[in-house]
Amino acid sequence: MGELKLMKGNEALAEAAIRAGADAYFGYPITPQSEVIEYLMSEKPEERTGMVVLQAESEVASINMLYGAGGTGKKVMTSSSSPGISLMQEGLSYIAGAEIPCVVANVVRGGPGLGDIQPAQSDYFQAVKGGGHGDYRLIVLAPSSVQEMSDFVPLSFDLAFKYRTPVMIISDGLIGQMMEKVELFDQMDRLTDEEVIEKYPWATNGKPVGKERRILTSLDLDPHKLEKHNHHLQAKYREIEEKEVLSETLHCDDAEYIMVAYGSSARIAQKTIQLAREEGIKVGLIRPITLWPYPKKEIEKYVQKGIKGFLSVEMSMGQMVEDIRLVVEGRTKVEHFGRVGGVIHSPEEVLEALKQKLIGG
Amino acid sequence: MSGLTVQDIVKPENLVYKKTDLMTDKTLSYCPGCGHGTAHRLIMEVIEELGKEHETIGVAPVGCSVLAYEFMNVDMQEAAHGRAPAVATAIKRVWPGKVVFTYQGDGDLAAIGTAETIHACNRGEKIVIVFINNGIYGMTGGQMAPTTLPGMKTSTSPYGREVVAMGNPLKITELVAQLPGTYFVTRQAVHTAVAVRKAKKALKKAFQNQIDGKPGLSFVEIVSNCNSGWKMTPVDANIWMEENMFPFYQLGDIKKDGQLIEKK
Amino acid sequence: MTEEIIIAGFGGQGVLSMGKILAYSGIMQDQEVSWMPSYGPEMRGGTANVTVIVSDERISSPTLTRYDTAIILNQQSMDKFEETVKPGGILLYDPNGITHHPTRKDISIYKIEGAKLAASMGNTKIFNMVVLGAYIKVKPIVKLDNVIKGLKKSLPFRYHKLIPLNTEAITMGMENVDQIN
Repeated sequence: MGELKLMKGNEALAEAAIRAGADAYFGYPITPQSEVIEYLMSEKPEERTGMVVLQAESEVASINMLYGAGGTGKKVMTSSSSPGISLMQEGLSYIAGAEIPCVVANVVRGGPGLGDIQPAQSDYFQAVKGGGHGDYRLIVLAPSSVQEMSDFVPLSFDLAFKYRTPVMIISDGLIGQMMEKVELFDQMDRLTDEEVIEKYPWATNGKPVGKERRILTSLDLDPHKLEKHNHHLQAKYREIEEKEVLSETLHCDDAEYIMVAYGSSARIAQKTIQLAREEGIKVGLIRPITLWPYPKKEIEKYVQKGIKGFLSVEMSMGQMVEDIRLVVEGRTKVEHFGRVGGVIHSPEEVLEALKQKLIGG
Repeated sequence: MSGLTVQDIVKPENLVYKKTDLMTDKTLSYCPGCGHGTAHRLIMEVIEELGKEHETIGVAPVGCSVLAYEFMNVDMQEAAHGRAPAVATAIKRVWPGKVVFTYQGDGDLAAIGTAETIHACNRGEKIVIVFINNGIYGMTGGQMAPTTLPGMKTSTSPYGREVVAMGNPLKITELVAQLPGTYFVTRQAVHTAVAVRKAKKALKKAFQNQIDGKPGLSFVEIVSNCNSGWKMTPVDANIWMEENMFPFYQLGDIKKDGQLIEKK
Repeated sequence: MTEEIIIAGFGGQGVLSMGKILAYSGIMQDQEVSWMPSYGPEMRGGTANVTVIVSDERISSPTLTRYDTAIILNQQSMDKFEETVKPGGILLYDPNGITHHPTRKDISIYKIEGAKLAASMGNTKIFNMVVLGAYIKVKPIVKLDNVIKGLKKSLPFRYHKLIPLNTEAITMGMENVDQIN
């Protein structure tokens, strides 16, 4: 068993970056995730593992630092919250286009604009539909506990390098600020420079003797070549959709109604299940763990089983609900409930919505 | 006709100039008379002479030299507009033993990328920034740049740059020289043989500083022409540059070995 | 067993650290725990509150609207949280500064003179430990020795010399809590 600690989600994410053998973190402070860089700075990762931690001049600089260092084959990560993540969208598009592996954590807060600093899930569209310009996707993982804030870091790095693609860990102020028991995984070795050179022949870390130099770019002025590159990216995305979907189901076996919720909303929905079942309402939960690729097959399975309706529970005005509707295609009822602006819905409110929107309606 | 064939002339013993292997054989995409090609070549010659072909990572900008990576035969990354200093910072931080440089134009470095430029300089990143200043946005068709001279006509200042309304040209090189993080700051040109020799010497010094681990960033501005953007012949553009650009952007070292040079 | 607690008072009263020690105590006896604070500008000297859940099972929602126990340390928190205690639940409060005392009949109400006792011990900073002692006396969900282990885990090493004083404060709280209804 690994070391047990009581940690904030943000701290667990930071500790996991060190333990996962990350080579560098570049970031800029923003509430509610500043603990990530604060924790990293206080832990002196340069001494612990040789990991570089640098406070950048902006989120724009941070994401482009990921482009640079990630492009040399190093394991790199940043974190921010909604307004900062918006600033990173240009960089993410370039990173996706140039196929550079990296991990970006978004501890979502209320929006739009400066919004507030309380938990929200209103960056769903931005995360799963691309966010920046061009046809691209991020792999998006949604932890719903402090344990997963830790565990999803090495998983994200693995996926990022497996597919040479940016991976986003999307949580919110609740998961970031909450402390829970976390079992920390053991320290993993950082790759040596030689191992990086050996393992990632695409990386620009100095032209190998007797070989062609490498170029990392998202530019191709020849439309036919750029079209081909887009097809290549799409083929990669299809493979990810085929192989990397993660979800969890709770109490769905006998359920008549199913809530679909991720991250902190999934935690609240679990309490709603308890309250509902005390009243004899048979409700279950599908928790998407990867928001992209989306667990379409899991939802389809319950459509086939003749579920009476789905309730998308999310702290947004109704974003993920569209992805559920794309699967359901009108075959059963799909409704949305969520509080926004940093208001966290209570388990009782969710139960009430379930009754009004699905059961009573 | 003397009867000499090409084979009679092209012999190793007759070699007076050879293109460095660190320039690819790709035809340059720059306009005839543009300084970019010469600046590219000088950087690559310096890298070759310093024996750093296999340890160099270059960062290309957005602008005319967006395709610099097509011509410079070393590992290259193409950065988003203005972000090259951030990209290079990170590369150098995770590979401190490598040689890292950015190649940027005036729009890239002194407008959209001002923050990245100043902060990389101020942190004293041990990289080289090569800054090509031609006073105009060349790639997009001759719009006003942060470095466009007062009164200078561009497509977005068609009646001449009116500083009251459009602001003053930015001497960013003098600005970064004031920062404690810069170690070597110089302004050069590449329009004459003498200027080319001086510019190469400056570039070599800049890269040598990095290799020697000198404390700070080396910043080399090259004032260049943009005959297409300025709507002049290459020869006229060089004359105009000497008469108008050089008085405003004075050539020479601004900071050496971490010390500002006193102007006499 | 699942115990859902709200601890609420002023910033600076040690509300968050009290919750943290309680959560760590739960970990020491192999339980699941969560600690969810209110955060943001209101933390700067205003009111502070934290929801702590200690359970034998996987914890669902870390934020709640109803609690098994409310530990209330100022009037604003009394106004806000008295109503949120589940029927049959517990309200523990320090009467110091309270002008409107709790009135509910369907819950058990306890009082601890935390501020006074801490002052009598010569260290107002241990106020929160006196209150914690009162709580674990009323609701012994965590054992005293696990609380002390939790203290050790949550305090930086340089403060370990303060553990005996903290232990004394907890004991003081355990001995001086009174049920008032």
